[in-house]
Amino acid sequence: MSTDATPAPGGAPAGPAGGGGATVGARLTETLREGGPLVPVITVLLAFLAGGVVVALTGHDPLATYKAVFEGSGLNWLLPWVTGEDRDVAATNLQQTLIITAPLILVSLAVGYAFRAGLFNIGGTGQYIAGSVIAVWIGSTMAGLPGWLHIVLAMVGATLAGAVWGGISGGLRATTGANEVITTIMLNYIARWVAIFLFGLGGPLQNSAQPDVPVSNDVVNDAKLPVFWGDPELQGLHIGIFVALAAAVVYWVLLNRSKKGFEARAVGFNPEAARYSGIAVGKTYFLVMATCGALAGLAGSLDVLGWQFRIATNDVQATELGFLGIAVALLGRNRAFGTCVAALLFGALLSGTSVRNLDPSVFPPELAQNLTRIIQGLVVLIVSADVLIAMVFKRVRRRREGAPVGAAPAEVTV
Amino acid sequence: MSVARQDFTERLWGSFKRPEGPEPSRRKAFAREHIPAWIAIALGFLAWLITLPPFLVRTWIPSLILGLIAFTLALSTLYGGEKRYGAWAMIAALGGTAGAYGATRSGVANLEAVVVWGALMAAMLRYATPLTFAALGGLVSERSGVVNIALEGMMLMGAFFAAWGADKSDSWLIGILVGVLSGMALASIHAVFAVSLRADQIVVGTALNFIALGLTGYLYVDIYGDQGTPDNLPQVPELKLPTDSLGFIGEAISNLNLLVWGSLLAVLLVWLYVFRTTRGLRLRAVGENPRAVETVGIDVFKIRYLAVIASGGLAALGGAFLSIGFVHSFGENMTAGRGFIALAAMIFGRWRPWATLGATLLFGFSSALAQRLPEFSEQAATLFQALPYVLTLIAVAGLVGRSTPPAADGVPYQRESG
Repeated sequence: MSTDATPAPGGAPAGPAGGGGATVGARLTETLREGGPLVPVITVLLAFLAGGVVVALTGHDPLATYKAVFEGSGLNWLLPWVTGEDRDVAATNLQQTLIITAPLILVSLAVGYAFRAGLFNIGGTGQYIAGSVIAVWIGSTMAGLPGWLHIVLAMVGATLAGAVWGGISGGLRATTGANEVITTIMLNYIARWVAIFLFGLGGPLQNSAQPDVPVSNDVVNDAKLPVFWGDPELQGLHIGIFVALAAAVVYWVLLNRSKKGFEARAVGFNPEAARYSGIAVGKTYFLVMATCGALAGLAGSLDVLGWQFRIATNDVQATELGFLGIAVALLGRNRAFGTCVAALLFGALLSGTSVRNLDPSVFPPELAQNLTRIIQGLVVLIVSADVLIAMVFKRVRRRREGAPVGAAPAEVTV
Repeated sequence: MSVARQDFTERLWGSFKRPEGPEPSRRKAFAREHIPAWIAIALGFLAWLITLPPFLVRTWIPSLILGLIAFTLALSTLYGGEKRYGAWAMIAALGGTAGAYGATRSGVANLEAVVVWGALMAAMLRYATPLTFAALGGLVSERSGVVNIALEGMMLMGAFFAAWGADKSDSWLIGILVGVLSGMALASIHAVFAVSLRADQIVVGTALNFIALGLTGYLYVDIYGDQGTPDNLPQVPELKLPTDSLGFIGEAISNLNLLVWGSLLAVLLVWLYVFRTTRGLRLRAVGENPRAVETVGIDVFKIRYLAVIASGGLAALGGAFLSIGFVHSFGENMTAGRGFIALAAMIFGRWRPWATLGATLLFGFSSALAQRLPEFSEQAATLFQALPYVLTLIAVAGLVGRSTPPAADGVPYQRESG
């Protein structure tokens, strides 16, 4: 990490002091480096605390709720004193959590890589849909292929589809300067409607056996990802989690040990300076967004080949994964390891609040799902106040080092 | 970035370079060199129109001729160097001809079922209203230099709290008031984080969208449970006008919701305020060059705070129309991305009130058509839903004219220390 361009010590507080480096990524990478791993932990605690206040204000018991969510997520499997039948239930729940965690890691890396290059990829959803459409198309056709080849083919196809979808935004940013925030949002909706068109009644990819159900064909058995933990009939854990973890390793190498990753970070830190040092900024934007799209597209293939096996138009409308990825990436500070941990946290929240896993006598799952959204929003909101966090930590550090607090360049707001 | 953009534009349009001469005036919509383009656009529409009820020309030859004339005019405009107008004229010429061809190939009964102008226009106005309010909100905020991507969340707050307030007080007026206040409350958070704490405005906006979605969903489930909002929810009344005999426009406006008229009035008021008053000038100046504004003693933070909060109120009004003016109930995530379409409409309208209204009407029309098309073709209706997004993508890509945001849009302002 030491190759990062660090600002002059004691310089301006987080954020650009005017000039050209005023990108989202520059501000985030600069400020999130402050404070060590404590900041995300504090962020999460604050968000859960605020969520608990909402639960308490509406007349429910926050502690019992969080305990039920924790048990619903299956994370209690990790506690050695949970035994017997409880342990089996916990194992099943944990499998569900990890099934959600796998695509979440990938989508979050897709957001994080863009952040590091100074881009904001809100298009995770669209890229994920593009990937899953291609995955279900390849997975449900070509029935004669050997299983492993079929799976690889579907994954590669999904990855490419996501790369194309992300690459459009990157290419537009590079050639016309169109803001990637707007273009990715638009491409989300375009992907969504195109998928609904494809799988809707009478659509070209609609189920050939059930003409009155708006759903795709089923993925053939050979193209399904193998289950290695739990019962394959009861949605056990498929090998997608390893694909996601491998992608996280690739992400780390790409970002920190490769030329492309260095260029991406340089552009994110200050595009003008990067341009003067000979980096092709436009090309970097394109490549970064295409890479992000590839990661999100791969996530789509994991869900399709791992447990969904078909896509209904309802699924396309309901997917929130891309947005969730923003919260995870911000919480994980756009780093490989942090993102995996944050994805596990949010995966646990999602599966812990699902209708299937949460005990409705303790807390209604419909409420709990909205509670997840509130917590998710609060996490992003708290992380967004980078200046605040950086300011606090700079003060603490200075005090520890014995420097006078008054010298801190923290006169942020008046 | 601007260099890359210029290069690209030159590569794309190089052969259409305007010959020597003064820069054409950008402000005048009806400058002389634009007349052929306007005619081409009109002809393109006409080519399509004559094949639809009540005219129903059943052969597409006349449309083809009209389309060809429009095409020629569009080409000449392009060669004259008027890229933006030429491109629009070209789209109108080609689109009109294609539409005419499609219409002549479909059955008369289908056409008459889908194209009922009075009903289509009324539906267009209804679908456009929430977008118009929210887009105006976005406009006010972004003119002051604060990107407001949380329009979606503010609409959702307005939609829920208007329904809740109307239910509890048994009055639609109080419902609207509560809704608007809730939108302003969310906007205040946006202002604190985006203006005072200089947080990234897009990240804050994303966070607020989550929070609004979760909070309204939570309260809705907690208060109304499985039953949903009550059927006797007070509603914003419709305004009945005796205009039924005045052709399809009369039919369209004879029975519209009060808030539909309110949205049109809001466009007028926002335009007057932002472009015709001193305070509006200050607002725009803050969005262009806050430091310069501060040097003459105007409080940048105050203006931005007020603009963002007003933006929240406007967006919430759009949400309130959705729940107690249009659908007459609340459902989880009922705005379903309308805040983002409003954002798109504002960009499409180049941060100007009347052009923004034009964009929301266009998006409203495509929704109205999409709603009626399923009788004709389910799949065409689905693809039609994607149209606003494709158009916006084209607009922000600058392929058809360039959308230039206020210069300081999205840049947090920091006072000089010392």
